[in-house]
Amino acid sequence: MATNAHTEVPGGPKGAFPPFNAATFASQLVWLAITFVFLYVMMSKVALPRVGGIIEARAKRVADDLAAAEKFRKESDDALAAYEKALTDARARAQAIAGETRDRQTAESEAQRKRLEDGLNARLAEAEKTIAANKQAAMTNVSGIAVETAKAIVTQLIGAAPTDKAAEAAVADALKR
Amino acid sequence: MKGEALVSNDPIHQFHINPISEPIHFGALDATFTNASLFMVAGVGLASWFMVSAMKPGALVPGRAQVIAESAYNFIHGMVKDAAGEEGVKKFFPFVFTLFLFIFAANMLGMFPYFFTPTSQIVITATMALMVFFTVIVVGLTKNGLKFFKLFVPSGVPWYILWFVVIIEIISFFSRPLSHAVRLWANILAGHLVLKVFAGFVPMMATAGIVGIVGSILPLGMTVALYALEFLVAFLQAYVFALLTCIYLNDALHPGH
Repeated sequence: MATNAHTEVPGGPKGAFPPFNAATFASQLVWLAITFVFLYVMMSKVALPRVGGIIEARAKRVADDLAAAEKFRKESDDALAAYEKALTDARARAQAIAGETRDRQTAESEAQRKRLEDGLNARLAEAEKTIAANKQAAMTNVSGIAVETAKAIVTQLIGAAPTDKAAEAAVADALKR
Repeated sequence: MKGEALVSNDPIHQFHINPISEPIHFGALDATFTNASLFMVAGVGLASWFMVSAMKPGALVPGRAQVIAESAYNFIHGMVKDAAGEEGVKKFFPFVFTLFLFIFAANMLGMFPYFFTPTSQIVITATMALMVFFTVIVVGLTKNGLKFFKLFVPSGVPWYILWFVVIIEIISFFSRPLSHAVRLWANILAGHLVLKVFAGFVPMMATAGIVGIVGSILPLGMTVALYALEFLVAFLQAYVFALLTCIYLNDALHPGH
């Protein structure tokens, strides 16, 4: 049987062009169907879902990592902004404190200067008052001495003592000139 | 006869189908295991083994085999998506991937000397092309109903040439499986024939004395160059077959031009 089949095999050296030999078609189609269906089942049920799953998992992982990186970047940006805000706040506060201190010190020194000046002015006025009083006293003494002197001189000259009133009037009159 | 066959200079010899098992029959159906069956089983087995074992680690950072498997996936996935959209991916991605992988495995395995190439048989390529053709018709009709026939009626064509365009569209639609099948089959068949012819020149000339031995360098060089070209063709024809499949399947989903 086997040898029979062998010799009958279509397309011995002198047979038809082998691809057109219809006697081989049935067997080729049967095995094409078997192998093609097998490959289709292997691919669609086993291999392709596996590859697709891996590729999807990888894409998901990359997307997740990117999202996490984005989150971290945002956090660090926020931290930087907070730090910068703290820095500007601190600077502003320092400036405020410095300005306040300067103002207070200026006011204090101004007040002190004013107090000092007031004290000096008071003493000056007092001194001037004393000088004036002394001057007044001196002037009073001068006129007293002058009256006495005038009375003495007049007494010496005319031998008669003028009245106090007359002498005083004369002296005052003389001093006015 | 077998030993004789191995050194045959007949370029047609490589396309002969020889049984390697006792005749097997499923009822009236002849299912004898032949060299064609062997290489279909081998190609499909290798392809399945590779796609499954390469993804076994399922690593987030892929190894070499996994990179290749993922590249194949992405390559076909992108192709289906570009040609037939997201809906095409959902419906037809495993089908297109299987077609591509089947043809690619058969073509590449056929590049080994003495190996049989199943895609050099018109009945194989025609069956796959008809599979695509009938899928287009069935899916197109079930999904779009009578709107599917808008495929033959391009919009924006004046009525007086429309009837002519419709005839051309119908002819082009029904000639698709023919061109689809023959493109792959003829490329593989012609490539293997030319390789065999050029390779056959080498021993033929080498037996013709000293001049022949020196002269045989020329066909030897040609054979090497053609071999490289055939590797390209082996990949390219699998790619073209899958790409055309995507374009045809897109018509089933979106028949309006």
